[in-house]
Amino acid sequence: MNVSKKEVEHVTTLARLALTEEEKTLYTEQFNVILEYIHRLNELKLDDIEPTTHVQQLKNVLREDQARNSEKELLKKVLEEAPDKEKGYFLVPPVIE
Amino acid sequence: MPPEYEVVIGLETHVELLTESKIFCSCPNRFGEAPNTNVCPVCLGLPGSLPVFNKNALELALRAALALNCTISSYSKFDRKNYFYPDLPKAYQISQYDKPLARDGYLDLVKDGRLVRTVRIERLHLEEDAGKLLHSSEEARSYVDYNRCGVPLVEIVTAPDLRSPEEAHLFLELLRKVLLYTGVSDCKMEEGSLRCDANISLRLAGSDTLGRKVEIKNMNSFKAVQRGLEYEVNRQEEILKAGGQVAMETRRWNEERGITVEMRGKEEEHDYRYFPEPDLPPIVLNEDFIGEIRSKLPELPVQRCFRLIEEYGLSPYQAEIITSSKNLADYFEETLEHYPQPQKVTNWLIGDVLGLLNSMGKEINQVTFTPVHLSGLLKLLDTGTLSGRLAKEVLEESFLTGKHPEEVVQEKGLAQISDEQKLLPVIDDVLKENSNAVSDYARGNKKTIGFLVGQVMQRTRGQANPQLVTELLKKQLDRVEYG
Amino acid sequence: MELYEMTAYEAATALQKKEVTSLDLTESVLKRISEVEDIIKGFITVFDNEKVLLQAQNIDKLLAEGKEMSPLAGIPMALKDNMCTRGVPTTCASKILKEYRPPYDAHVAEKLQEAGTILVGKANMDEFAMGSSTENSSFYHTRNPWDISRVPGGSSGGSASLVAADEIFFSLGSDTGGSVRQPASLCGVVGLKPTYGLISRYGLIAFASSLDQIGPLTKDVRDCALVLDIIAGNDPRDSTSVPREKEKYAGYLGREVRGFKIGLPREYFEEGIEEPVRKVVMEAMAHCGQLGVEVEEVSMPNTLYALPCYYLVATAEASSNLARYDGIQYGFRAPEEDNLIALYRKTRNQGFGPEVKRRIMLGTYALSSGYYDAYYLKALKVRTLIRQDFERVFQDYDLIVTPTSPTTAFVRGEKINNPLTMYLSDIFTITANLAGVPAISIPCGLAGGLPVGLQVIGRPFDEGRMLQFCFTLEKLLGFKGLKPSIPAKGVLRDAS
Repeated sequence: MNVSKKEVEHVTTLARLALTEEEKTLYTEQFNVILEYIHRLNELKLDDIEPTTHVQQLKNVLREDQARNSEKELLKKVLEEAPDKEKGYFLVPPVIE
Repeated sequence: MPPEYEVVIGLETHVELLTESKIFCSCPNRFGEAPNTNVCPVCLGLPGSLPVFNKNALELALRAALALNCTISSYSKFDRKNYFYPDLPKAYQISQYDKPLARDGYLDLVKDGRLVRTVRIERLHLEEDAGKLLHSSEEARSYVDYNRCGVPLVEIVTAPDLRSPEEAHLFLELLRKVLLYTGVSDCKMEEGSLRCDANISLRLAGSDTLGRKVEIKNMNSFKAVQRGLEYEVNRQEEILKAGGQVAMETRRWNEERGITVEMRGKEEEHDYRYFPEPDLPPIVLNEDFIGEIRSKLPELPVQRCFRLIEEYGLSPYQAEIITSSKNLADYFEETLEHYPQPQKVTNWLIGDVLGLLNSMGKEINQVTFTPVHLSGLLKLLDTGTLSGRLAKEVLEESFLTGKHPEEVVQEKGLAQISDEQKLLPVIDDVLKENSNAVSDYARGNKKTIGFLVGQVMQRTRGQANPQLVTELLKKQLDRVEYG
Repeated sequence: MELYEMTAYEAATALQKKEVTSLDLTESVLKRISEVEDIIKGFITVFDNEKVLLQAQNIDKLLAEGKEMSPLAGIPMALKDNMCTRGVPTTCASKILKEYRPPYDAHVAEKLQEAGTILVGKANMDEFAMGSSTENSSFYHTRNPWDISRVPGGSSGGSASLVAADEIFFSLGSDTGGSVRQPASLCGVVGLKPTYGLISRYGLIAFASSLDQIGPLTKDVRDCALVLDIIAGNDPRDSTSVPREKEKYAGYLGREVRGFKIGLPREYFEEGIEEPVRKVVMEAMAHCGQLGVEVEEVSMPNTLYALPCYYLVATAEASSNLARYDGIQYGFRAPEEDNLIALYRKTRNQGFGPEVKRRIMLGTYALSSGYYDAYYLKALKVRTLIRQDFERVFQDYDLIVTPTSPTTAFVRGEKINNPLTMYLSDIFTITANLAGVPAISIPCGLAGGLPVGLQVIGRPFDEGRMLQFCFTLEKLLGFKGLKPSIPAKGVLRDAS
């Protein structure tokens, strides 16, 4: 399974990145080296193996339904970090629906 | 002419759960706050924050699942649904993908006491809500409010079993009723606590392959769902009749224009890259736990409706109104405990009580007029203390003040006068003052007695027992006649 | 001897005996920082000295009043810059978070503050903890105190080099595939990755959530136990934090180790290991005989598949964890962009460095439609096999010992352009993350004048006995007391 430059471009779009032509070429090359190494996994017979989605034995970790109001100081700090804001809102370029 | 095409509709409903706090953090689950004030590092998705699952959200979702006859998964887990959108601060939504909380349920569509159709529920899963975007038409900016982020939702997906926009409307009404009965959600479509998207396609009647489906979004009321789907039925039918093909797409219902419009690409394509949420251990449920939730479920609306018909002899129409809300049905049955005459209680509830509630814009549980009040009122009627007309007056007063009907009667002196000794002097006065009427009666015009009764009633401010007055008048008049 | 040369335990003991004050210790450390930090560059942020000294004075006051405090009260320390500190820059060594000030403290930051330790600054790292050399920091490279032309390892390279250079008494790092142990090995300090779930990740900026775990970097094993005593324990804000009774790790130190059974997995001594490294580790293990510890060769056949498995799991989770850096709520936003999608893409492209982008893309690819089964799902299954390898060996053995890293510290620039070669630096450490088991690296000797780390892996939550063994072994190894000699500032120009 080789990765083409076009697939790399597609992944770039999904991941919301933007690469230059040079970067695309470089990443495609590196991808193929890494994936070739990853294809070692194909040596294994895995049909009957259960996937490990959680490494621990924990289950049903639940919290009581108790509400706590937001800290005013925290809210102020949060908004201070925003690159673009107005009247308590975060601002973004127009979203078209 | 038989319809050429059959309509096939499936619904995806999102329901906000009635918890105190959000699904993965302790922020209050509240509507209508100032923007970005009901948030914390977790629901804002700040770097380093982690989710912790709300037990009550699990319980409410299980209630909904059981009420919809679903099979609860013994093992379910959360997954991340990855996509970029400004209302989604982590750029993924914690949802459930291949191991939803529940599957394979159904909801019976019942109308006028008849089963219209059984609609299969494919799955029910838990997820977090996203924030809200406000668009300003003048400015080249959108505004983001994250308050709604992390509000607990269940998504309920039906099989494509609905066959008309009316059925879709009926399904939503019944679903809403079930969710209200079980206390899962307040189902306020105007506040977005119940939202619905629809998949609709047309196929030749009799065919069992599905046509090309269109997804419709932004239908913000039950009426809008029906109207949107009706519009879409016509649109698709026209395309098909003209020999065309319906495009598989997502369309947006435009309420003002009454049409659906193709949505401009939200993202160039959907590839949500679901994978198991590593920050949340799985949910493993045993029969005991599920049984406990099941035992706490109330009787569901359809069953209750049928029971009321059978047990109390209500008509389907009456039973449907009485079971339209759990509170009203509870009220009904509680009243019967004090006053076991179902038809009388039903008539008063459906007639005067609901009328008053409507005019006040209130629900039965929001007024101080309790089943004890209503049964008391009905008893006063039975004993003749109140006439039907007076009873209505007392009801209104009792409704407004919360006072017991008997108390109202006493305070206002509204009791019906059935005491001959009290009525005779009034009758004598009336006869004296209306000698013309008395002579008319003597001449054989028996109808004048009605006028005379009216006069007595007027003088007693309507409190006189009209039967008794008529009787006494007749006696007196006859005495005049022969005497 | 300068105060800064002491271990945290020695300093704390002197403090309790009132031979020194926290102010003395803090001043000493700040002096050391002023002398060598220009060369080492282990910090991203050093806090305002006045404020740090004031903090030390406060602790001195509390101690003088006889307030009951933790054994490490008054000891200066540093946190890796991916642990949130309220109102203080927390950058993950990334341009995308360059100015970011979190509005809350990480669980470990809270714990260390409650314990009365003095936070001096935030340590350099590979951007978002992705790397094995700290060359992926967007700000500058950190140097290995043993040889400043070499890397300190990574991703917690700053945390390790600061401890090795005596700029700080201890630090915390995070370990996703070896990011505490490998730099500990390369810098000649002790580094522990605890059992997954022992330490709350609340406030640790995630790289790969199912693998990330915070751990101490210290001058010796005793310090490691003391720090662990402070930061371990259940936190209801992290659903993967395990609710179990709190242990006292320092209590294990000095206990008898006779009768321990240790497995040496053959696979860790074959592929890719430098001969001198292998030799030093084997020599260290030769001491086991006199301790009454039984050592046998074992096999963990799926080790070979751990690295590919790791690079799928870690990158997939990272692609999702790092999706939130989009320039909307906080952090860097690409200027002058009126189209939303273009804004996302420009922001992320300019904000992330090359290795981060590479991993985001690899992870996105592994999860994308059509590839999930071939890559991500397969990796989850291999993860099961690797877990089972450990479970099997731990049925018969108490501990597993391996080299920490196949090489000693390598020269800066040597591997940076070949991602796969760099990834192979983690080949011995990633298995513990995949299996969720605890693992510690202790320095066991020098090869070519550079430290070699020995890795001890234990059963889940068996940190106590791991520390017990390491404490005993450490005494016999004779590495303790060895210190790097850091050249004076003037040498810097020639060296770099």
